[in-house]
Amino acid sequence: RLLQVSKNYRSVIRACMEDMHQAATSTRDPALHSQYSTQVSILSAMELIWNLCEILFVEAAGAGPLLLRLLDWVRLHVCDVDSMVREVMSSENPAKHELFWNVVDIFVLQGRMDEARHLLSKEASANPTSVNMYKILDDLMKKMPVPGLGNTQTLTEMELKWQHWHEECQRYLQDGTFASNSHMESICKILLGDDDAILEKKELITTWYHFLVTRLLYSHPTVKPMELRMDLFLGRESSPESLDTILMAAFEFEMHQVIKECSIALSNWWFVAHLTDLLDHCKLLQSHNLYFGSNMREFLLLEYASGLFSHHSLWQLGVDYFDHCPEYGRVYLELHIERIPLNTEQKALKVLRICEQRQMHEQVRSICKIMAMKALRNNRLGSALSWSIRAKDAAFATLISDRFLKDYSERGCFSDLDLIDNLGPSMLLSDRLTFLGKYREFHRLYGEKRFSEAAKLLLLLMTAHIAPCSFWMTLLTDALPLLEQKEVIFSAEQTYELMRCLEDLTAGKSDKQKFQDDVETMKVEMLRLALARNLARVIVKEGTLEGS
Amino acid sequence: VWDKSENGDWHCTASWKTHSGSVWRVTWAHPEFGQVLASCSFDRTAAVWEEIVGESNDKLRGQSHWVKRTTLVDSRTSVTDVKFAPKHMGLMLATCSADGVVRIYEAPDVMNLSQWSLQHEISCKLSCSCISWNPSSSRAHSPMIAVGSDDNSPNILAKVQIYEYNENTRKYAKAEALMTVTDPVHDIAFAPNLGRSFHILAVATKDVRIFTLKPVRKELSSSGGLTKFEIHIVAQFDNHNSQVWRVSWNITGTVLASSGDDGCVRLWK
Repeated sequence: RLLQVSKNYRSVIRACMEDMHQAATSTRDPALHSQYSTQVSILSAMELIWNLCEILFVEAAGAGPLLLRLLDWVRLHVCDVDSMVREVMSSENPAKHELFWNVVDIFVLQGRMDEARHLLSKEASANPTSVNMYKILDDLMKKMPVPGLGNTQTLTEMELKWQHWHEECQRYLQDGTFASNSHMESICKILLGDDDAILEKKELITTWYHFLVTRLLYSHPTVKPMELRMDLFLGRESSPESLDTILMAAFEFEMHQVIKECSIALSNWWFVAHLTDLLDHCKLLQSHNLYFGSNMREFLLLEYASGLFSHHSLWQLGVDYFDHCPEYGRVYLELHIERIPLNTEQKALKVLRICEQRQMHEQVRSICKIMAMKALRNNRLGSALSWSIRAKDAAFATLISDRFLKDYSERGCFSDLDLIDNLGPSMLLSDRLTFLGKYREFHRLYGEKRFSEAAKLLLLLMTAHIAPCSFWMTLLTDALPLLEQKEVIFSAEQTYELMRCLEDLTAGKSDKQKFQDDVETMKVEMLRLALARNLARVIVKEGTLEGS
Repeated sequence: VWDKSENGDWHCTASWKTHSGSVWRVTWAHPEFGQVLASCSFDRTAAVWEEIVGESNDKLRGQSHWVKRTTLVDSRTSVTDVKFAPKHMGLMLATCSADGVVRIYEAPDVMNLSQWSLQHEISCKLSCSCISWNPSSSRAHSPMIAVGSDDNSPNILAKVQIYEYNENTRKYAKAEALMTVTDPVHDIAFAPNLGRSFHILAVATKDVRIFTLKPVRKELSSSGGLTKFEIHIVAQFDNHNSQVWRVSWNITGTVLASSGDDGCVRLWK
């Protein structure tokens, strides 16, 4: 199953490579072209490395199959013989083609016996004189024991068979069977695993890892994975490139080294993060504990995910990655999520949902606060209020409610009525907010002409001290129209209460204050008059009712 | 001030002359406090600015307005650095001056940026060039400030000092001095703390240096007494081959950026 996952990764890489290649070929701009081409070569190197890791670590096949996989790997990635093969095969007389022997050699070097034999048969038919030699060589190639091809022999049986075959080849070579045809002779030497013979074909092999695999094929076919370590790498270049060091480390089964080298060589964390994660799932990584990221896998995933957060939409993927990092994922997410630019409300809401799902209360509070401040600065009181309610920020809600009330005192009307009307239980967040809600309710009741209810509420606001003292004057002034109604609304008791409120309010003021504020004084006078009149009417009304 | 537009371009939305001397540093407050900036200058003052939302015309023309909320004039010499404290400490900032005094101010009402009161004055005995608050919001750590000095005096006094707030005395007191830093220091920065038990401090001097400060258990006699720290240098980079002027951490404290006289910005991992 994990193998399938690995294959999926590789097909993704290949798909990207295709796209890049398309882009490279279709662009006219040389700079872009070279950029895309570079990408293509990086991606192909990535696939090469991943494939090798898949073979060596994920699949971790036994001796024989391992070799077969490696041969496949070499065939797929290392040598591009197809064009050469096509050229030779499509010519009139393939055997006479100048590249004929190159193609045969390469088939042999890659262990593609059947194809080599097929070509050789053409040579045989073209050159009757070498028929004998051909027959022997063909036979040898046919008889070559190849491990892991569905046979059920044990390793020792295989070894024996191979030893036998090897000796037979040796005999033919020493007998001088192939002496007259240097090409066939060299092929025989290759079959025997002669290093020099193989090295002669350097140009065809092109890379040291191809050489490695060829050598393995012809010298240790039953290679158990451990033995790979003991092979010497005949480096032909003096300084290995990063790709070389990575592959070398892979062949030596130094997984950590592979990861480290890849981290250094590649500029993006995608590759190492995902490869390490896969290897971790295969239970192949010992967990050293690094203090800066708990273990290798988590460290790399954290790095990769952090990188995603600078992208305007990929950050959401980053969230999922952090979720899969048990030790530091949460704290990294907390830090990053606060820094996402919240240009739109939708984005803010999206971010908040993510935080709420993970109980990141501090981040929720912080983000709501930031949004509320932004709204407040832009004088969007309703928005600011709803953000502070969401943040459960009582202090800020009080502040905004005060602003609302101030606006009302100045302009005589409310903004954002919808919001205030539908506060519901969140009204209770702060006293001021409760007052705001209830006060608005009072206005609504009044508008619906439910005067007695409105009156009761108004009184309640003062007597229960829900209303701030600063607002009492406004409330009492609001009571005036109720007092002036044709019908008596306030009961006697209520009227007494109102009078008491008025006195409480004016009691504190000094005489000087009273005289300075003409409007205030007038209001107070009007109120006193209205209250008195109401009292008179209500006493009569109540007296009359009781009488009858 | 530059704003980044939707398509990723930066536009200069405000530019104003205000200080009567070079402006040394500017720093942002946490967005929870609104759009707030602080600046400090050679003219011995530090100022706090707030962005005002102007007319819609201005918005269209891409201009914003900043008003000065307060000027802090207590310093008698050039104010070399100003930094806001971590947001969990409220609306607080610290300034440091060339005469060696670090001042800590607080705005008790976060909605009123014109009212700041001087809470602490710390005398560092060395000309100060930079300060850094420890961003760690853990309850285990008291507020901590690192102060760097570019004093050229020949006495080999440590050029980086660490001050910690003492709950008992309600004052900041010197907790440590980095004795190994003897060259003029141009910038310091605490790294964000992701649950580490120790602190990390980067210093910009003639090279880039990174120290770890590990709190050693406080003396049993005085709970709330000064913490002692075990100091180790974990990195020293002289790749700039010249004076390093600024150091800055990324948000997870995993990458350090440094800039130097060689005209390069280097990133350290």
